Amino acid sequence: MEESIAELRETFRSGTTKSVSWRKKQLRALLDLVNENEDSIFQALDQDLGKSRVESYRDEIGVIKKSAAYSLSCLDKWMAPKKGELPLLFFPAKAEVMPEPLGVVLIFSSWNFPITLALDPLIGAISAGNTVLLKPSELAPACMSFLTQTIPRYLDNKAIKVIGGGADVGERLLELKWDKIFFTGSPRVGRLVMTAAAKYLTPVTLELGGKCPAIVDNTLSNPSKAKVTAKRIVGGKWGPCTGQACIAIDYVLVEEKLASTLIEMVKKYIKRFYGDDLKELKSISRIVNKHQFQRLANLLKDPHVAASVVYGGSVDEEKLVIEPTILLDPPLDSEIMNEEIFGPLLPIITLKNIEESIEFINSKPNPLVIYAFTENETFKKRILSETSSGSVTFNDSMIQFLCDSLPFGGVGQSGFGRYHGKYSFDTFSHEKSVLHRAFYPELEPRYPPWTNFKFSFLKLAYAFDYFGLILLMSGFRKS
Amino acid sequence: MGIEVEKKAGFDTESAKEVVKELRASFVAGKTKTYEWRRTQLTAMLKMMDENEPQIVAALTDDLSKPELESSIYEIAMLKNSCKLALKEMKHWMMPKKAKTSLTSFPSSAEIVSDPLGVVLIISAWNYPFLLSLDPVVGAIAAGNAIVLKPSEISPSTASLLAKLVKKYLDCSCIKVVEGAVPETTALLEQKWDKIMYTGNGRIARIVMAAAAKHLTPVVLELGGKSPVIVDSGINLQVATRRIIAGKWGCNNGQACISPDYIITTKDYALELVDSFKCELERFYGKNPLESKDLSRIVNSNHFARLLKLLDEDKVSSKIVYGGERDETNLKIAPTILLDVPQDSLIMNEEIFGPLLPIIMIDKVEDSFDLINYSGAKPLAAYLFTNNKKLKEKFVEKVSAGGLVVNDTTVHLAEPSLPFGGVGESGMGAYHGKFSFDTFSHKKAVLYRSFAGDAAVRYPPYTAGKLRLMRALLGGSIMGIIRALLGWSKP
Repeated sequence: MEESIAELRETFRSGTTKSVSWRKKQLRALLDLVNENEDSIFQALDQDLGKSRVESYRDEIGVIKKSAAYSLSCLDKWMAPKKGELPLLFFPAKAEVMPEPLGVVLIFSSWNFPITLALDPLIGAISAGNTVLLKPSELAPACMSFLTQTIPRYLDNKAIKVIGGGADVGERLLELKWDKIFFTGSPRVGRLVMTAAAKYLTPVTLELGGKCPAIVDNTLSNPSKAKVTAKRIVGGKWGPCTGQACIAIDYVLVEEKLASTLIEMVKKYIKRFYGDDLKELKSISRIVNKHQFQRLANLLKDPHVAASVVYGGSVDEEKLVIEPTILLDPPLDSEIMNEEIFGPLLPIITLKNIEESIEFINSKPNPLVIYAFTENETFKKRILSETSSGSVTFNDSMIQFLCDSLPFGGVGQSGFGRYHGKYSFDTFSHEKSVLHRAFYPELEPRYPPWTNFKFSFLKLAYAFDYFGLILLMSGFRKS
Repeated sequence: MGIEVEKKAGFDTESAKEVVKELRASFVAGKTKTYEWRRTQLTAMLKMMDENEPQIVAALTDDLSKPELESSIYEIAMLKNSCKLALKEMKHWMMPKKAKTSLTSFPSSAEIVSDPLGVVLIISAWNYPFLLSLDPVVGAIAAGNAIVLKPSEISPSTASLLAKLVKKYLDCSCIKVVEGAVPETTALLEQKWDKIMYTGNGRIARIVMAAAAKHLTPVVLELGGKSPVIVDSGINLQVATRRIIAGKWGCNNGQACISPDYIITTKDYALELVDSFKCELERFYGKNPLESKDLSRIVNSNHFARLLKLLDEDKVSSKIVYGGERDETNLKIAPTILLDVPQDSLIMNEEIFGPLLPIIMIDKVEDSFDLINYSGAKPLAAYLFTNNKKLKEKFVEKVSAGGLVVNDTTVHLAEPSLPFGGVGESGMGAYHGKFSFDTFSHKKAVLYRSFAGDAAVRYPPYTAGKLRLMRALLGGSIMGIIRALLGWSKP
C-alpha cells in the first residue's frame, strides 16, 4: 500500500497530471470505460443491489457519462486563472487566482450508488490534476470488483489507483498522509475520517446524509397536481435504490385532513410502478445485505411502529426484499423517526397546520435536502429562510442531483464541502492567489524611519483617499 | 514583561455550554439574520475604532511594543477597510445567485442562497491581535452568524480591551469575547459549533481540527510556514531589498505569518544582496537598531529564548553577517542576517517568526523551485524578485503556496479580491473580502420545479423505450431526444 502511494506522489511530482492533455485523455478514457462496459456495469449493479437497467442508467451510467462530458467541455475554462481587479493604489500590478491540484487524493465511495459515488468524485479529482487512490465500498462487492479490474485497463495506472478490501484497508489508508480526502458515507465514519485527517491537517469533503423530509401542502386538493406530487414522492422514495439514498425522501409531512388523500395516491402509484406482490416486485432494487435488512426489519418490530403501518410491511429475508411500506404517524420518539431510514419505509407525519413543518424539521439535524410540494410563494420563502439544509427542491424530488450548476453537499450533520460540475473541480483544487508588482513606481512612505508625513500618507493611502493624497503631496494638507 | 493573564473566574465546560446555548437561542430567534442587524454591528465596529484608536494603539504597544504606525495602519486601518467593504457590498453578497439549469431538468429554475452557518467560534493569534480577531468577525457578522471570539492570551492587553469594547459596542446577546488560555479554549472546543476559524500554528491546529471532527464542524485554519523569497540578479536591488525589509522587519519585526522567512539567491549575487541589506537596514533603523522605535519587540521571553536558540546554534552563529545583538531586558533582537546556514540547522527547519533572516545560496536561480517544493511543507506565501518573464511564469506554475507575490512582499494581504489562505501545512480555507462572507456561509442550492412537464419516462414500469429516452435526456441534446422519441436510438 505504501508503495502505491509513493508511486502516486512521485507521479504527481513529475508534473504529468498537471497538463490539460493528460486530464482530457483520462476523462475520455473514463467515457470509453463506461461506454464499452455498460453490460458489465448493469450486471454488477443487478448483482449488488438488484437495480434495474433504467435505474442503473439513470442514476449511475448516465450520470457519469454526463459528468465526464461536461468536465471535458469546461476544463479549459476551469483551469484558466481568474483575473482580479486591483485598486489604483497598486498600479501597475496584476492579480489573479490560479487553481492548482492539491496532490495525492483519497476517495472513499459508498455502496448505494457504487459506480456514481466512486467515479463522479474521480472525475473532479482528475479534472483538477491530482493523482488519486479510490477505495470503493466492499458492501457492493461486484461493483468494487468491476472497478478494481477495469480502471487499470483504461486509466493511467501510475496516477490513478483502485484498492479493494474492507474496513481494515480503509483504516490503514487513514493512517497515511493525503493532500485531500473525499468521503461519502455515514456521519459516524465521517467523524473517524476527519479525526484521522486532522493529524496531517488534510482538508476533507464529507458527503453524509440525514432524514430528508418532504413537505406537502394543499396542492393535494388539486387532482392533477396531486397526481404529479404523488408520483414524484413515490419516484423519490423507492426509485433510487429502494430508499437507500442520501437524497431519498425519508419521511413526509402533511396536514391531517389531506393525509388520506395522499396515502391513497401513494398506494396507487406504488402498485402501478412496482406491483403489489412481494414476490413479484418489479423495477425496484433490493436491500444491499443482511445487516441492512435486519436493521430495517427491526425498525418495524416496535409494536407502536408496526401498528402504524397502513400499507406494505412484508419482508422476504431470503431475497432481501422489503415491500414499499407506508406508515401513518409512528411515534415521534421511535427509532424510525430518529435515525436515517435508508430503506423502503415511508412514515407520513400529520400536522394540524402545514406551517408547523418548519418547526418539525428544525427540531432534527440539518438534512441533505428538504423537498417541498407547494405553490405558496410565502411558504416557499419561509422554508428557505427558516430552515437549513444542504439544498432545497420545490415540487419535485431527486432531480437536483442532475443539475451541474448547483453545488451538491450538506451542512451540519449532513456534511460539508460540495461537488458536481465546476464544484468538483474546485473541491480538488487549491486556489492560489498571485500578485505581480513592478519595481516602479516606488512609494517612499512605505519605509521607516517613520515620520508624521509618512504616517499621514499611509493613512490616506489605506483609505483609498486619492484626493487627500494629492493634497498631501502638493503641500496643501498638513501631515 | 511577566503580565499575569486575568482569567475569567472559572470558565469551564459548563460556562462554555451556557454561552453556546445563549448564542444558539439568539441565532434561532433570527436576530443575526437581518440585514439591519448586520449593518448595525459593522457600523458600530467602525465607531468603536474611531472612538478608541489611542487605546487600541496603547494595548498593542503594551503587548508587542508595536510602532504606532504599524498599529494604526496594519491593524486599525486594515480592519476599517474590511468593515467598509462589507458594509458596501453586503447587500449584493446576500442576494441569491441564479444558476443555470440544463435541458435535463427542464422546466426549472435554480439559485444558490447564502445561509448563515449558525454559531461560530473564532480563535485568533497574538501577533496582529486586533486585526486577526476582528477581521474574521467582520466576515462572520456579514454572513449573519452569532459569534464567540477567543483572543490569544499571549497578547493580554489587547484581549481584555477587545472584551471591553465588544461588550460596549456590539450586540452581546449574539457576539461574545471569551478570554483565557488553554483550559478556556479546551472548554470552548468541546462544544458543538457550526464553524471554527483558527489562526495560529500547526500543532494547535491539529487539536482544533480533531475537536471539530467530533461534531463534524467545518474549519478554516490560517497557519504559517517558511515563506521563502527568491532573489534573481538583474533587478533593482535597492527596491527589492527595501520591500523585503518592509515585509520582514516592518511587519511586527518578522513575527507575521507571511513575513519573508528566508532568502534563496545565487552564489554570485549573495554578497551584493547582503551589502544592499546592510545599507538599507541602517537607513531604516539606524546604527543601533535595538534603540529604534520603529521595530516591535519580541512578544515574550518564551519566544525570545526560542529565537536565541536558533541563533546561537553552533553551526549557525558563525554565519551571522549582520546584526545578532540582543537585549534580554527589553526583549529585543536586532535585525540579523545569516549567510549560508546549513539545511539541517534548527533555523532552517522551523518557522522563524522573528527578526532573523537566513540567506541560502544555490547555483542557478531555477534550482530554488525544487528547494521550496521539496522542503516538506507548503508555505503560506512565496516571493520572487526578478525581471525575467520566463522565470516568473515558471515560478507561478511550479511553486505551491497559499499565495504568491512577484516583485514585492506581503502586500497581497491588503487586496480583498484575492483569497487569503494556506495549503497543506499552511492551512485550509481562505478569507478576506467576499471570501470572508463565503467562508461563514452555507451556499444552499435551490431548485424550483413546476407541476407541468412531467415525463412518464421517469417512472416505472421501465421499458426499452424509456431507457432509450432516458439516455437521450441525460445526453442533453435535442436531436438525441427527438431520435429517441421516434424510436431511432439504442435501447
